[in-house]
Amino acid sequence: MAALNLSRANVSAKSATDGKSFEIAVKGARCANCIAKIERGVSALEGVEQARLNLSTGKLTVLGHDMAPQRILGRIQDLGYEAQLFDAQDVLGAEEVEGRLLLRCLAVSGFATVFVMGLTDAIWYGGDLSASVRTQFFWLAGAVAIPASFYAGQPFFRSAWQSLRARRTNMDVPISLALLLSLGLSVYQTAQSGMHTYFDAAVMLVFLLLIGRYLDFRLRDRARGAARHLLALQTLLVRRLGADGEVQTVAAREIAPHDRLLLATGDRVPVNGTIEDRDTELDLSLVTGESLPQSMAKDARVPAGAIVTGAAITLRATAGVENSLVADLARLLEAGQQARSSYVRLADRAARIYVPLVFSLSFLACAGWLIAGAPIAQAVTNAITVLIITCPCALGLAVPAVQIVATGRLFNQGVFVKSGDALERLSEIDMVVFDKTGTLTVGAPVLRNAGELLPGVLEQAARLARTSRHPLAVALAHAAGTGPVEAGVRETAGAGLESGEAGNRKRLGSAAWCGADGADYQLWYRDGHGAPVGFRFEDSIRPDTAQLVRDLRRRGLRVEMLSGDNAQVVAAIAAQAGISNWFAGVGPQYKAQRLQSLREQGHRVLMVGDGINDAAALAVAHVSLAPGSATDISQRASDMVLRGNALAPILEALDVSQRARRLVLQNFALAIAYNVTAIPMAALGMVTPLIAAATMAGSSLLVTLNALRLSTGRRKTPWA
Amino acid sequence: MGLIIASALLIGLTSLAVLVWTLSSGQYDDLDGDAQRILLDDDLIERPK
Repeated sequence: MAALNLSRANVSAKSATDGKSFEIAVKGARCANCIAKIERGVSALEGVEQARLNLSTGKLTVLGHDMAPQRILGRIQDLGYEAQLFDAQDVLGAEEVEGRLLLRCLAVSGFATVFVMGLTDAIWYGGDLSASVRTQFFWLAGAVAIPASFYAGQPFFRSAWQSLRARRTNMDVPISLALLLSLGLSVYQTAQSGMHTYFDAAVMLVFLLLIGRYLDFRLRDRARGAARHLLALQTLLVRRLGADGEVQTVAAREIAPHDRLLLATGDRVPVNGTIEDRDTELDLSLVTGESLPQSMAKDARVPAGAIVTGAAITLRATAGVENSLVADLARLLEAGQQARSSYVRLADRAARIYVPLVFSLSFLACAGWLIAGAPIAQAVTNAITVLIITCPCALGLAVPAVQIVATGRLFNQGVFVKSGDALERLSEIDMVVFDKTGTLTVGAPVLRNAGELLPGVLEQAARLARTSRHPLAVALAHAAGTGPVEAGVRETAGAGLESGEAGNRKRLGSAAWCGADGADYQLWYRDGHGAPVGFRFEDSIRPDTAQLVRDLRRRGLRVEMLSGDNAQVVAAIAAQAGISNWFAGVGPQYKAQRLQSLREQGHRVLMVGDGINDAAALAVAHVSLAPGSATDISQRASDMVLRGNALAPILEALDVSQRARRLVLQNFALAIAYNVTAIPMAALGMVTPLIAAATMAGSSLLVTLNALRLSTGRRKTPWA
Repeated sequence: MGLIIASALLIGLTSLAVLVWTLSSGQYDDLDGDAQRILLDDDLIERPK
């Protein structure tokens, strides 16, 4: 029961923004062990009453009194997971409410379908029922079917109403109308002691359509929350130096221009500012895409989003958070997503043709019977039958069924697709734009001049390097492999490592630290008074990049590269990857602009990128994809995320998207073929409720089975 | 026959009510987590009274 009580508490946490509960996004938790470690670790902290981790969403809900959020975040990070504070608002999002409503509707309509079918089957197969018993059965069926349809049909009624108010029609308009008319007609028939009631067809229609709707919802649900997550990036806590020299911990959004902030090694710069006290090194990869740390002098201007890798600094803020890069990106991201939402999905395009067609056919049927001299009741009944039988049940399932099978298949192959229409959009692309750092390249420095070194030097330097977390030291240690560690190594942030006393001192670090000069090498090693040895690092291209670019070309796609890095580096990587179109020195805003102008030229672009600086471009692109190593925000902004770092699954995704598109179109054709045969029968008054129910279920089954072919199909070779 | 129909209705509605209850009490909120949590054997001690 404790579990239940806590999930109730989860729900009510919305009102508890008074510091008694908050939510933390935890990344990296996968198994029971992680749950136990995190929950136990956090619960042990002072003031915490309960901590519960939701593994599906990665949200940790913490309940308690007088808790220090920073300590909890610190504890989770100590345990080896990434943690970030969520804003306490918006705990129970609208999407969660929608999902629950859909499930409840599904349950209600499922129950009603089974029950009403049982009753009406008894009437059709039950032999000689007297007319009065039959009518009683119909009334009972109606008593269940009518409230159930009204309750479970809510999603359709609401959507139909909204689209009518906007003077448009969508698929939900004929659905709602068919529902209402079939219920009305059935009540009329029952009152007349007639045979032709459609109570079972009505509830089954709702049930089948809700299945499609729920599948679609599950797909869309994952795509949400990009902008919200960016805001979570801004709820970072920073240490501010007060006027009296006292250090306060404040939320980043409270920073005002001219505030002085203390940033330790490893901290992210929350706002644009200037360095006040000393020279340091900063990792600008999130801002510019440049992969190696940059040294920055005192008084230099530092953009928000950089990470301090050198000595701790005091930063004087020149802007508030709302003017920072992260906030700019959040705005760009939102704008991009709005642009994309104007995309008209296949199903909606079909609805635009389908809806007026069905209405005119139904009207024609009514007119035809009247002209032929039939009584009004019969003419109207037949017109309504046309509407019911053409109700796009199979159309409603045609798209979601294919998309859920396709995304399931891609998931097994390491591509996580976040929305169904992403697959539709992917099947239409004619161009691929790549980011460089971290996408086409590994995104971390790799030692390049190992071959030029004297034997043993690398191992000597690695003994020092293995003690440090500095990116260059890590890269050096990686190049040397595992081995022993030098004793008594001291690290001076922003300078380097050192061991031993004067006389036989070994140093590894910057040129100044080792008494060397020369811009060709980023890291130096000096043993005692010997000559300093330089190490050169470069980002290296991923092994499968060149093959991928070739394969994309072979499919007739244009390939382009955008990078914030300098032209020389970009040209070298482009040559290795075989990309002839590239742009260097492109900042985040310009990446998005480039994508925008490509869109205006009529290109449909797949953007592949990983950094914070790519997020806006990812959102603007026709469809976007992020490798598994991408920053959180880029993964949120893109339509698809790769599980690993290999890029080859892009080809698989392209293939599946194109097959999915073919299957969707086939499904449309099947649904239409069914309607083409059913409409004349209905118009001529030959359709009984039994036939209507059987064909409706039959066509839905056909469409679903056709969708399943996608999962059983043999995996095609990517460029066959 | 009336009895049979009534009991069918009753059984159906009861299971519907139970399903709706499991939904609203959040039992489907964390399916991955619940699948893993069954492996934790110290939850009896962990749970607050």
